[in-house]
Amino acid sequence: MTDSPHTPVPKPQRFPALRRIFQPVAETRGFARFMLWTGAVLTGLFILMAIFAPWLSPYAFDQYQLAGVAFPQTAPPSALHPLGTNVQSTDVLAQILWGARTELLVVALALILALAIGVPLGLIAGYFGGWFDRIMVLVMDAMFAIPSLLLALVIAFLLGSSIASGIVVAAAAITIVYVPQYFRVLRNHVTSVREESYVEAARAIGAPPSTILTKYIFFNVIQAIPVLATLNAADAILTLTGLGFLGYGVQPTQGAEWGYDVSRAVGDAASGIWWTTLFPGLAIVLLVTGLTLLGEGLNETINPVLRQRAATRVNMEDEA
Amino acid sequence: MAGGGSSLKSYLLVRTLLVIPTIFILLTLVFVLMRVAPGNPVSAALGGHVPQAVIQEISHRLGYDRPLYQQFGSYLWNLAHGDFGATITDKRQVSDIILVNGAATLELTLAAAIVALAVGIPIGLIAGRFRDRPIDAASRIFGIIMYAMPVFVLGLLAQIVFGSWLGWLPISDQASPMTSALMTTHTNLLLVDAVIDGDWDSFWDVLQHLVLPAGTLGLVFAGVFVRLVRINVIRTLKDDYIEAARARGIREQAVVYRHAFRNALVPVITVIGLEIALLMGGAVLTETTFNWPGIGHALYTYLQNRDYAAVQGIVIVFGLVVVFASLLVDILSALIDPRMRYQ
Repeated sequence: MTDSPHTPVPKPQRFPALRRIFQPVAETRGFARFMLWTGAVLTGLFILMAIFAPWLSPYAFDQYQLAGVAFPQTAPPSALHPLGTNVQSTDVLAQILWGARTELLVVALALILALAIGVPLGLIAGYFGGWFDRIMVLVMDAMFAIPSLLLALVIAFLLGSSIASGIVVAAAAITIVYVPQYFRVLRNHVTSVREESYVEAARAIGAPPSTILTKYIFFNVIQAIPVLATLNAADAILTLTGLGFLGYGVQPTQGAEWGYDVSRAVGDAASGIWWTTLFPGLAIVLLVTGLTLLGEGLNETINPVLRQRAATRVNMEDEA
Repeated sequence: MAGGGSSLKSYLLVRTLLVIPTIFILLTLVFVLMRVAPGNPVSAALGGHVPQAVIQEISHRLGYDRPLYQQFGSYLWNLAHGDFGATITDKRQVSDIILVNGAATLELTLAAAIVALAVGIPIGLIAGRFRDRPIDAASRIFGIIMYAMPVFVLGLLAQIVFGSWLGWLPISDQASPMTSALMTTHTNLLLVDAVIDGDWDSFWDVLQHLVLPAGTLGLVFAGVFVRLVRINVIRTLKDDYIEAARARGIREQAVVYRHAFRNALVPVITVIGLEIALLMGGAVLTETTFNWPGIGHALYTYLQNRDYAAVQGIVIVFGLVVVFASLLVDILSALIDPRMRYQ
């Protein structure tokens, strides 16, 4: 591989597959291009923060003293604490850096689980139909009737008493919220693809259902997933911080969590202490915005209906 | 839905009947969730200091020691008779929670919906009308940032700025202690109660308390409407009848305002219904942030007290509201949209 992934369009004759992937990205123009790159940069920054938190952070996430001297409570930003300290005397910057790790870890875990459950269920229900399909559709629809934060909240509440690890509880609660989404998208897609002629042909030459599902339908249907998963990741961060704000999910002893941090700042608002709310809040907004922009940008890049290619742009108006 | 009839009537009938299995499955789901969970609901609610005999006695009285299918049967039977049960910790009827706390939530949600529509629709219309211009990009970014903004972060920042720094508005509760002590209850909607009594001091006090929570929740949801209205305007402006109107020589202004905007707003009704679920989820966070005595705040308190019966009742209420809201929306859009009638 001589071409680094930074080269937008690899040499066409040598890497046809890469070219097919990067061509739409290179051809994106206007707002879609802005969304794609801003989103990618923001998301990338938070991923770097998560990976390098131990080296970037001045203190551990639950550190409230240094060399026997306790940190001040709710101290404004200073040289020692660039973003101030909170009511528990921990450093706000450390909370944010370590928090990136918790948020991304839990959401990645939750979405992988949701995909692992929702995709096969959707494939099977959509392909075979029948009573299994009908019951699954009804159950998933009923789950949709419960507001997503509420569903996650109840699951976290119910699991919280039995399973020790708050990270697993939070991930499980979020998983259950997103399973119906993947199920629904996959199922509807499969029911329409099922009758396509190439699937018909595979069936005619005697391919068993397992082969048809994994070889023919899966790769056709899976294309909707990257965009959906990115947008869901944004939504899942909001759910996770919402859970944290209400005191469920990740426990403060296990890791820093931005929503929990903000919940500790509720009492600060009356006395005008702004740094304990603003900075964790900003971290949430930037990460969710980054993931949303990336997802929307990908959507407009991949989805041919929305795509504004350079070529058509030139025909319509001379200066973009 | 598949198998729908050929006329509006049969569509409405089928759609209404479908509510029954949906509710049945919703209720079953909630029951299974609450019973599969480990731990005895009674001992969880009472804490660890209660003797075993007392726990058994209360479990027996509340029916938790009967076989599951019997519990499920009486659970459905009671719900069918409008009995949502009572909480374990403070022995309140769930229907009472719905009436009193639900009114506070309704007041907050309606006010927030007004803010969301008043901010979201104009921005969405302008963005769609001037697609790909800077104003479109700016409103899309506004929409995305508002979506990314947790309601509790915006709420606390508003409390800091308008409550603590500027001192303009109260930052928590539904009314001052003085006002709530003086007011008489008619409808549980404080604004309406104040109007009924002609008590304008109370009205002003309650209104001031409403500004920050409703403004916060409304702004966050305005983002959703910006996005939706924008896409609808773009789609509508591409429609044949818009071309036809242009071809007839109608001025562009009239085409846009009279034809495109009006039609672009029809789907908004549908989405308002679907957003009710989100709005209520957001209400739990808003009410907790502003100490607003709504149903979401009640849920938060009962979760903290590990009161399974109360949590179960409130979750069912939330679910039923969503189910009936989406039914209402489907009926409304069938009545509004003529295409639905001639399927």
